[in-house]
Amino acid sequence: MYSNRSVSTQKRTCPLLSVQPVRGLLDEKFQIAVTNLPPNQKVTLHSLHQSDDKDFWEAFGHYVSDEHGSVTGFKDESLGGTYDGTEPMGLLWSMRPIPGSRHGLRIRKRDIFRPMEVRISVYNGHLSQGFSHQAPLATSVTERWYVAPGVKRVNIREKEIRGTLFLPPGSGPYPGVLDLWGVGGDFVEYRSALLASHGFASMALEYLTPEDLSLEDTDASYFEKAYQILNNHPMVKKDHLAVLGLSLGSAITLSMASYSKVIKPQCCVCISGSHLMPVEKSLSELFELMKSHADKLCVNEDNQVILRNLILSLPCQSAKVDVGRIKCPLLLVNGDDDQNFPAVESAEDMAMMMDKAGNRHLLEILTYPDTGHLIEPPYSPHFRATKYKLQWTKERIVMLWGGQTKPHAYAQEDAWKKILAFLWQHLSAP
Amino acid sequence: MYYFTAAFFNSKLRCVANLTILKQINRVDNLISLRSVSTQKRTCPLLSVQPVRGLLDEKFQIAVTNLPPNQKVTLHSLHQSDDKDFWEAFGHYVSDEHGSVTGFKDESLGGTYDGTEPVGLLWSMRPIPGSRHGLRLRKRDIFRPMEVRISVYNGHLSQGFSHQAPLATSVTERWYVAPGVKRVNIREKEIRGTLFLPPGSGPYPGVLDLWGGGGGLVEYRSALLASHGFASMALEYLAPEDLSLEDTDASYFEKAYQILNNHPMVKKDHLAVLGLSLGSAITLNMVSYSKVIKPQCCVCISGSHLMPVEKSLSELFELMKNHEDKLCVNEDNQVIYRNLILSLPCQSGKVDVGRIKCPLLLVNGDDDQNFPAVESAEDMAMMMDKAGNRHLLEILTYPDTGHLIEPPYSPHFRATKYKLQWTKERIVMLWGGQTKPHAYAQEDAWKKILAFLWQHLSAP
Repeated sequence: MYSNRSVSTQKRTCPLLSVQPVRGLLDEKFQIAVTNLPPNQKVTLHSLHQSDDKDFWEAFGHYVSDEHGSVTGFKDESLGGTYDGTEPMGLLWSMRPIPGSRHGLRIRKRDIFRPMEVRISVYNGHLSQGFSHQAPLATSVTERWYVAPGVKRVNIREKEIRGTLFLPPGSGPYPGVLDLWGVGGDFVEYRSALLASHGFASMALEYLTPEDLSLEDTDASYFEKAYQILNNHPMVKKDHLAVLGLSLGSAITLSMASYSKVIKPQCCVCISGSHLMPVEKSLSELFELMKSHADKLCVNEDNQVILRNLILSLPCQSAKVDVGRIKCPLLLVNGDDDQNFPAVESAEDMAMMMDKAGNRHLLEILTYPDTGHLIEPPYSPHFRATKYKLQWTKERIVMLWGGQTKPHAYAQEDAWKKILAFLWQHLSAP
Repeated sequence: MYYFTAAFFNSKLRCVANLTILKQINRVDNLISLRSVSTQKRTCPLLSVQPVRGLLDEKFQIAVTNLPPNQKVTLHSLHQSDDKDFWEAFGHYVSDEHGSVTGFKDESLGGTYDGTEPVGLLWSMRPIPGSRHGLRLRKRDIFRPMEVRISVYNGHLSQGFSHQAPLATSVTERWYVAPGVKRVNIREKEIRGTLFLPPGSGPYPGVLDLWGGGGGLVEYRSALLASHGFASMALEYLAPEDLSLEDTDASYFEKAYQILNNHPMVKKDHLAVLGLSLGSAITLNMVSYSKVIKPQCCVCISGSHLMPVEKSLSELFELMKNHEDKLCVNEDNQVIYRNLILSLPCQSGKVDVGRIKCPLLLVNGDDDQNFPAVESAEDMAMMMDKAGNRHLLEILTYPDTGHLIEPPYSPHFRATKYKLQWTKERIVMLWGGQTKPHAYAQEDAWKKILAFLWQHLSAP
C-alpha cells in the first residue's frame, strides 16, 4: 500500500523509509513506513520543519519494529514522544518548537505557493532530544502544499477593497467563499488557497488596516462591496456564495448575515465566533469599546491573556447581534476550551434567540472537547498560547487560545471535513 | 500555466469544476485520499486524481463519481511540453450502476488505450492532431513538474476536446525529483556533468549515468535515481563545451568515474554504471577494458557490444560515416539504424565481454530498430559462456518494445526527428516498439533496474 514502487529488498541492509504521498496537500494524510529494520528494534520517528520565520519545529514518536522489521505509521502505536497511540499524522499535528526556541511561536505560511517542507527521519532507539547530534538510519523530505496544481491567484484591488481571490483550475464558474480571518497580524491566505484546491472560488479579504483604509472606514459597506465583487466575478457562480469566518471574522459574519441587505449568502460558517461583539458600526468603534473594558482582561499564572471574559463583559443586551434575523443555514464550529472568545456560551445564547425567532432549524453547532480558539486546517500544529499584539492598544502580550494538543488536532481534522461537506451541500445545487 | 485559445463554453454543460475527494479504499498497491466529503445533494460529477502530485514513476488513481449510471464518458489527458507542443490521451468508459468510473478497475473500451490501464492516460499520450511530425517529449527543467490536465467529458469523444466543456477537470503534476534532492554542477577540468544527491547526509551508492547519442545533457533519469536514494551523475560526453570528439576517449569516462567515486557524498566503491544506447556501448567497453572503472554492477539498456568505442568517439563516428550506405529507410522514410551496426567489422571491433568481472544486466526490446540489441545480447551470452563469466549476465528482453526504454509512464515514440551526430543530417529515426507493450516494458524494466542496483550496491 505504501509506495507503489516495489523495490526488491533482497540483500538490503539499510532501513528503508517511505512517506506517501511525498508531496501532499495540507489536509491529506500521509503513510509513513519503515522496513528492513531488525525485528523488535526500538526506533524513533522524527519530523523537523523550519518555518518561514526560521524557527525549527519538531515532533517524534517511539516505536518498536514488528517481527518483520517494519514500522507502519497507520497501524502501529507510538509508545511516547510528542504523541502516543495509533496516530498516522502525529508527526505533523504534534509539532512544537525545538528546545531553546523563542517563546510563544506560531507557524503561519506566507508564501503559500511554496510548500511546507518537513524532514521525516528514523533514529535508532527511543530518543527525546539531541536529534541533531545523531545520524538517522534513514531520512526523507516530504512536502505539504497549500494549493493543488492549477489553482490561480488573483489580486483583488478594487477601489479600497483589498483581498486575494483563489480560483480552482478549469473554466468555472465556481461557488464562492468570502473568507474572513481573525485579528492578529499578517493577512492570511492559506485557508482560501486550500478551499480553491477543493473547488471553491475563495476570496481572503484584507479588512484590518489594508493600505488605504483606516479602521474608521472599515464598516459594513466595506464587507458589502467585497461580497459584491466576489458575487459578480466572471468565474464565480452568482448567488452560490458562502461566508466563512474565524474569530473576529465570525463576529463580522454573524453581523452581516443578520443585518445586511446586500450580503445574502447561501450559507455561513462561523469558527470560534461570538454574537456578543458589536461589529455593525466601524471596527474602530469596536476597538474603542474593547479598550474601555480593558480592566476585564484576565491573565493566568503564566501571564497569558484570557480575552473571553472581556467579551462576556461587553454591554450585550443592546449590542448583541440579532441572529433571529438570519435567513440562511449557519454552522458554528467551537472548542469548549476556547479561552479567547466565549464561543460555547454565545452558541447557546444564539440557539435560544433563534428558537424564539423561529429560525432555529437553520443552526448547526459543532462543539469539540478540549479544543481551543484557533481551529485551523487539519494537521496544523496546535498552539495553546502565542505572542500577540493587541489591535486596539498595540500592546504585545501572550494570548491564551486554549485546547489540548491531541483533542485539538482531532477537532481540526473533523471540523474541516464537516465544513467542506456543509459548503458543498449548500453551494452545489445547479 | 497555459490557456486554451479555442472557445470552451457550452452553457448546457457548464458545471462546477472541482477537486474534492472520495472515501478511502485500502488496497495493497494503491491508495485513494481519504478526505470524506458528503455528497448529499451533489449534482456535479466529481473527478479525483491521487496523488495530485506524484513522482514520474508513481501510479496515480483516477476516479469519477456522481455521474448518472451507465453514462458514456471520456477520460482525457492534456499536456503542453517544454517545446510548446500539445500531447493528449483518452479512454472511453461507461459509468457503473453507482455512477462511478474507477481507473484502476474499469476498462477503457477504446481511445488511445484500451483495457484496464490505470496509467494509460500518461503512457499512451501522443501529439494532438495537426502537430508537427516526429515529436518527442524531453523535460529540460527537471525541477519543475510535468503538468497534466485530466478531464472527464460527456460521451465517447475522439477529437474536438478543446471545443467542448468538460464535466470536471483537474490538474496533476508529475515530478522528476523527490523533495530534498540536490543538484550539483560538475565542472572539473574538462569533465562536464550533473550530480543529483538524495536528501540527507549520505553517503550514497553512486550511479554513472550515460545517455545515448542524441547529444546534450539528459538529466531526468539521474534526478529520478536520486529520488530513489542513489547519488547519480549524468555525464555530458557528446560535445561538451570545451571538449572535442577527438578528446572524448576512455580517459574522459575514467576521470568522470573517479570524480564520482571520490565525492564525499558517495559511498566509495559502491558504484554502478547505467547506460542507454550509445551509453550502453561505452559502458560495455569501459567495464571490459578499463583498469580504473570497476563498478559493482552495470546496466545496459538497448546496447550493443558491436560498436568499437575504445578509441575516441570521433573515430567511431568516422566509422559510422564510412558505412552509411548500410543505412536503410522504411516506406515512411524513417531510418533504420540497426543494420549499419550489424555491418561494422565486428570480429576485431566487438567488445571482449569475456573480460567483465561484475554483474551485468541487459535490458532490450525485441523490436529495437536502432541497435541490434537482441542479437548482440545473444552473442555476448555466447562469448561470456566461453570465457566462464556467463553467471554474471542477466538479460531482459521485452516483446514489441523499441529502443527508447525510458522511465515508466513516459509516452512511447516509435519514430522521431533526429540529427545524426556524424553528418549533422536531419532525419526521422525509427526506434521501434508498439505503444502498449513498450509501456509495459518501461514499467517492468524500471522496477527491475532499481532492484538490481539495490541488490548490488547496498551491502555495507
